[in-house]
Amino acid sequence: MLWPRLAKQLFSRPLTDPAPLVDADEVRELAARLDASARRRLGRSLAIRMVDAGSCNGCELEINATQNVVHDLERFGLRFVASPRHADVLLVTGPVTRNMREALERTRAATPDPCFIVAVGDCAVDGGVFKGSYAVEGGVDAVLAPDLRVPGCPPTPTQIIRALLTLLAAQE
Amino acid sequence: MTLLSERAWAALAQQSPPLLAMWAEPAIVHAAFWHERAVLLQSCATPEGRFASLSALHPAAAWFERAIHDLWGLEAVGSIDGRPWLDHGRWPILNPMSARPVRHGAAPPQPEFLAALGEGVHQIAVGPVHAGIIEPGHFRFHVVGETLVRLETRLGYTHKGTLSLMLGKSPRAAARFPARLSGDSTVAHSLAFALAAEHVSGGTAPPRAIALRAAMAELERVANHLNDWGFICSDAAFPAVHARTGALREALLRACNAAFGHRLMMDRILPGGLATDIEPGGVAVLADAIAMITAEIPALERITQSHAGLQDRLVATGIITPELVALLNAGGVVGRASGRAFDARATPGYAPYDELDVQPVTRDAGDVAARLAVRVGEIHESLRMLRIILANIPDGPILTPLPPHQGGEGVALVEGFRGECLCWLRLDDGGLIQGAFLRDPSWLHWPLLEAAMQGNILADFPLINKSINGSYSGVDL
Repeated sequence: MLWPRLAKQLFSRPLTDPAPLVDADEVRELAARLDASARRRLGRSLAIRMVDAGSCNGCELEINATQNVVHDLERFGLRFVASPRHADVLLVTGPVTRNMREALERTRAATPDPCFIVAVGDCAVDGGVFKGSYAVEGGVDAVLAPDLRVPGCPPTPTQIIRALLTLLAAQE
Repeated sequence: MTLLSERAWAALAQQSPPLLAMWAEPAIVHAAFWHERAVLLQSCATPEGRFASLSALHPAAAWFERAIHDLWGLEAVGSIDGRPWLDHGRWPILNPMSARPVRHGAAPPQPEFLAALGEGVHQIAVGPVHAGIIEPGHFRFHVVGETLVRLETRLGYTHKGTLSLMLGKSPRAAARFPARLSGDSTVAHSLAFALAAEHVSGGTAPPRAIALRAAMAELERVANHLNDWGFICSDAAFPAVHARTGALREALLRACNAAFGHRLMMDRILPGGLATDIEPGGVAVLADAIAMITAEIPALERITQSHAGLQDRLVATGIITPELVALLNAGGVVGRASGRAFDARATPGYAPYDELDVQPVTRDAGDVAARLAVRVGEIHESLRMLRIILANIPDGPILTPLPPHQGGEGVALVEGFRGECLCWLRLDDGGLIQGAFLRDPSWLHWPLLEAAMQGNILADFPLINKSINGSYSGVDL
């Protein structure tokens, strides 16, 4: 049952979207910021550790979708890793609940330098609709300094990939 | 509201129908039971800050009572478990939803976990940050070799203070919070909230909105079941099926975006109806996606069921017995996969499902394979209902505004993809929210994960966890 299907798929057109285009101005601006903080890395791939700092799970759905056959982020040299010790990038979602603050700080401490922080979703950008709650710090800024922010509720997989490609391009 | 005396409430601790939820307000404790095919609300005033615990009779009450203590400061006397639940000792205030929260600045305490005694027992701590792209929670395993002796789950990491942010707002302004209780169930929780608000005034949404809401709810169900199908196979090291179900889900989300302006259909359902109408051509786009999914499902089913290596992982893994389902009053996919035919679309039921001949999909084995089979069966059922709904959308308005300055209580039960979503609201005479509770079905599923894991190998944990797929944010509030 499986082999005929796999064989058929070898000869059919791929389902994958064309690569999202990055904005040249955004790349220049990010490159300047990275230069100023003297952070550069070698190579053309990024190992990403995702940290859910209290999101509603909407952002996780769309981040997971970046790995489906339509978005296929691995073709760009981007991949998710299980340990912060293997990571170049921390992708953070959620308003940073008080209950997740220490876990986020420890994850950053376990990530070797250079480390790039990407805040994904409105909650990670500034707390989103949860701004002002006793239970949240109010966005990644409260704990770490993001290099890149991807607004949206949630942002689409294409928007997330475009942000990561911008980060890649800013290091060329 | 049925306000019981303390003695009558204490009698519930001896005898009461199956429990659905418990919550509180500053000086009242509330419980919702399932009685004679309807939700039965019972409440009791707590002038001394305490009430009789229901946990000896209803084990599921323990988590609710711990959360009630953390948020409202009310004590459940005689509880089987007095440990904190949502409060990890890291908020700047204690009892944030009580009448007088107090400032808190002490260091957070070490959590206490239940012990497992014996020779060669090892403890393994996992989380809150997990290896994959998944919500945060802590799992404390006790193992002997590969075999699990005890699992304890600790949640609360994603507690955002949702209920406190809803107080004092109109239902319309507060709707963004149920929409973000659990992002994958944004439609179901928004619908439960809208129905509860409409229940207060006795109004209903117009027929066109009722039909489109049902379409959104079934689209959400199909998208999530496809996702779970893929991840269950992927966690059993069979990514080929995940690749296909992921592609089908992506096509469906793009169709939802074209039709409703948002891939997950967030913020589309409001009290009184809908925020916006379906786009012109939206029905056709959705019908195409549904046809494509319908065409491919049978082949994926044959692969899933005929692949011996995959079936070896799924069958007889993570069994939840019918007795445990009954003890926890668990509904949803978990309940139906262990033989309990409870589906809120059928009973108590709500429009337009009375016209759609809802057939709850059940299995008896209660293992991972059964929970997957229920999801696949429900995909077929949802696709069938979608074809009918989309072919028969009535014309007319999409919103009947709620009457302003209308106070009272309302409760609603909506079948989300995991199970029944309960919403309770109390509006004051200005029509503003005085009390609210959003109860995700996972409150009754998470404890069953601990039971399902017993006697299984540690390596099967991701598989069993995925087959139950409890919402973390949904229960953390």
